[in-house]
Amino acid sequence: MAVIEVPQGRLASPFHDRQVALDTLNRWHEWKGYTVPDALYDAEIEYFAIRNSAAVFDLSPMTKYRITGPDALAYIDRLVTRDMTKVAVGRVAYAVWCNDQGQVLDDGTIFHLRDGEYRLCSQERHLDWLVDAAIGFDVDIVDETAEVAALALQGPTSFSALSALGIDGIDELKPFQLMHVEVDGQPLTVSRTGFTGDLGYELWMRPDDATDWWDRLFAAGAPFGIRAIGGDALQLARIEAGFIQAEADFLPAKCTVRTGRTRSPFELDLGWLVHFTKPNFNGRRALADEMRTGSRWRLVRLDIDGNKPAHNAYIYARRRGNRKEIGFTTSATWSPICKQNIALGTVDARYGAPGDTLWVEIYYQREMHWSRMMAEARVVEGPFWSPTRRGATPPARC
Amino acid sequence: MTERFDAIVIGAGHNGLVCATLLARKGQSVLLLEGKDEVGGAAITREFADGFRTSACAHYLYQLQPDVERATGLTLPACSEPLNTIVLASDGGHVTYRGDTVEGVSADDATEYRRFHRQTTRFARLLARHLNSSPPRLGGGGRRDTLKLLKLGFDVRRLGRSEMRELLRMIGMNIRDELVERFASPLLRGGLATDAVLGTHLGPRSPSSVLTYLYRLAGRNGETRRVVGGMGALARAMQVAATGAGVDVRTGVKVETIVVENGRVTGVRTSDGETIESYTVVSSADPKTTVLDLVGARHFETRFVHRVNNLRGQGNVAKLHLALDSLPTVPGLGPDGLANRLLVAPDDAYVERAFNPAKYGEYSTEPVMEISFETATDSSLAPSGKHVMSAVVQYAPYALKGGWTEEARDGFTRSALEVLGRYLPDLKDRIIGSELLTAVDLEGEFHMAGGHWHHVELAFDQFLFVRPVAGAAQYRMPLDGLWLCGAGAHPGGGISGAPGRNAANEILSRERFRWR
Repeated sequence: MAVIEVPQGRLASPFHDRQVALDTLNRWHEWKGYTVPDALYDAEIEYFAIRNSAAVFDLSPMTKYRITGPDALAYIDRLVTRDMTKVAVGRVAYAVWCNDQGQVLDDGTIFHLRDGEYRLCSQERHLDWLVDAAIGFDVDIVDETAEVAALALQGPTSFSALSALGIDGIDELKPFQLMHVEVDGQPLTVSRTGFTGDLGYELWMRPDDATDWWDRLFAAGAPFGIRAIGGDALQLARIEAGFIQAEADFLPAKCTVRTGRTRSPFELDLGWLVHFTKPNFNGRRALADEMRTGSRWRLVRLDIDGNKPAHNAYIYARRRGNRKEIGFTTSATWSPICKQNIALGTVDARYGAPGDTLWVEIYYQREMHWSRMMAEARVVEGPFWSPTRRGATPPARC
Repeated sequence: MTERFDAIVIGAGHNGLVCATLLARKGQSVLLLEGKDEVGGAAITREFADGFRTSACAHYLYQLQPDVERATGLTLPACSEPLNTIVLASDGGHVTYRGDTVEGVSADDATEYRRFHRQTTRFARLLARHLNSSPPRLGGGGRRDTLKLLKLGFDVRRLGRSEMRELLRMIGMNIRDELVERFASPLLRGGLATDAVLGTHLGPRSPSSVLTYLYRLAGRNGETRRVVGGMGALARAMQVAATGAGVDVRTGVKVETIVVENGRVTGVRTSDGETIESYTVVSSADPKTTVLDLVGARHFETRFVHRVNNLRGQGNVAKLHLALDSLPTVPGLGPDGLANRLLVAPDDAYVERAFNPAKYGEYSTEPVMEISFETATDSSLAPSGKHVMSAVVQYAPYALKGGWTEEARDGFTRSALEVLGRYLPDLKDRIIGSELLTAVDLEGEFHMAGGHWHHVELAFDQFLFVRPVAGAAQYRMPLDGLWLCGAGAHPGGGISGAPGRNAANEILSRERFRWR
């Protein structure tokens, strides 16, 4: 009997060889089946590439679905809470989608690539849900994760780097807009999107062209301080931008077992994405009920005293007296650019309105011994870091 | 100006008629729309051969609820006396049963049958109480639901310790195990097994087949009659009651779409393009047709649509109608005998073997049959001196491998006639016309998805609180203003009027009938 070799182990992204060539640390982790670097030389230097020059992050492992067909718009409009009829061709929309109980399955970006043709990008895999949701709709849904290679180019000089690459019209590209270009016969889709809260672009291409584009980009970007980065630097940047991430700041509803462990869009501060003006979307009835009866949880962005990151910390409403914990932090870091000790957290919805003061119990270790401190924390509204260059069109050349 | 009603009921099957009548009798303005030119749905009498008419789908009346008659002000058409069920034997040693008595079996079997009947009718009465009101909502329901659930538990407990044990032992079982334990007579076992599985996609060895037996008894303790003029006469009487109650009954008006605006139902659009407004739309169509075709999946939640889409409801039954030159003879049965309910089910194993091919998408070559000589009660259905035979023939699966081609239909008819020939040897020579309706034909003619009697298979996982699916078991669909009142809703199919009546009660107690 013939033994069939089934490839096991992690997949390599189309940019793997290029990243290995730059790698000095050999620190890799797994992302949805792919092996990706934590960092290539130093996470902090990479982080500053995001904030001060241009950083290149390989996002090929991101889950990508192509949704096409006569009912594509109706289908997506029913899938997500956001009104998708307002998302024109060439636009990108950040969206969240829920199960029947109005609990978040995931968040992601939806690219209106061409008329009636969409791409849904998310952290988690959702084909089962997407296929179930397609009953009664004339749509085709294809997982194109492996068919599309993608790079994020983020940072203040990212615009200059792309200009130097000779991409016409890039100066006109507004945030959440996309364009299709071609260089040397190789098509490229550029979208002004990202996960850093900074000026930045995402580049979508055929896997076969991936290394050519990488080389082109790095050649053009060299004068602008272009650097490849790993996942650690991106984590830092996205917390500063106040962006939530599945499996860190919330669990996709399908991954939970216990009641009360799911989150609604309102509980993730995504109420602005829920458009009750449209007649139906999945979870609408449950969310309308939640509007009436109130939410259980609230997502808070915390500016915490001191410089000890509040990893895995309990949050309290009061420092003394009835000191029942009201929640916990989900992502925390020292922000180099804000010079703030910041964290995202979940608290009982009765607490933590913007401007409120909460207390965070931070544990830290010094020479093996554990210490504990209660740090005062202020609830901040909006992102910790949001530079004006993020929205400027055309962006400044630098 | 568009017309406006308090409620629009879609489909004038018997459940649609009952529901519309009850709503109208409580003072609502009700429009009842029927796509065909005649009311009745599956309760219909129509011509199938020149001058020969028969009940085209349901042909025996055994479930109509007395309170439905009263509440709708129905004047029941003339009916036969309760009929005997005769399980035919090729050697003339037929077994006859009715109520708690059985003839043609040993004294032991007769005694055991009496005990069996007493026990099952007692369980069926308990069941009937809960079939005749809407089932409680599980989880998230109010006090009323909790009380109902407690009542169900209390009713079961009140049977007494040993009877409760018996009920709990039997309810999930298959009927064959129970029959084999109790009875020696193969014919009796065959007959009772047929009673249990008639109209379902179950064999006597399938779990839930005790439940379906009790469901049959829950009607009127199994008392079976034939309507003079065929089942259509009942539908016409119901139409009279409906019109009398003020229902606007319109036939030949096909509903194309249930109109939804801003997340709630606002009316219907007919195939002529006319829109009729109402904030309460009640569909007696099966749940799948209602959700996927009439409303559209996009107006419902994903999981809900998924559950509805996955409902089991593919019919496994065909109707065979024969126009006869003269009455055939059955050895061992006088001419009066043909007036009774006749079964071809010589053994429970025979029934199970008939079911076997259906599991694999093939029809039974030795099918089970329930036969009605319609002209025995009403000679006007056929030209003078001639007769009509109507038979339920199973199993004949909806999704037949290779489809219901002419060849397959001929083959199945031949098999049925061959089996009939064993019991009615001179039948073949008297046939002057025939019609076969497979589940596909039933679907086409009576607009029930899958051509299933019950619209949705009657089994534990699609019963009571979860019929048709969890989240819509109280007739109210998860879309404001949309209700179900057909066989696909609780409790299920059969000419009982129960889904229509329960739905009407539920609608009257929950709907405000107010224009916003």
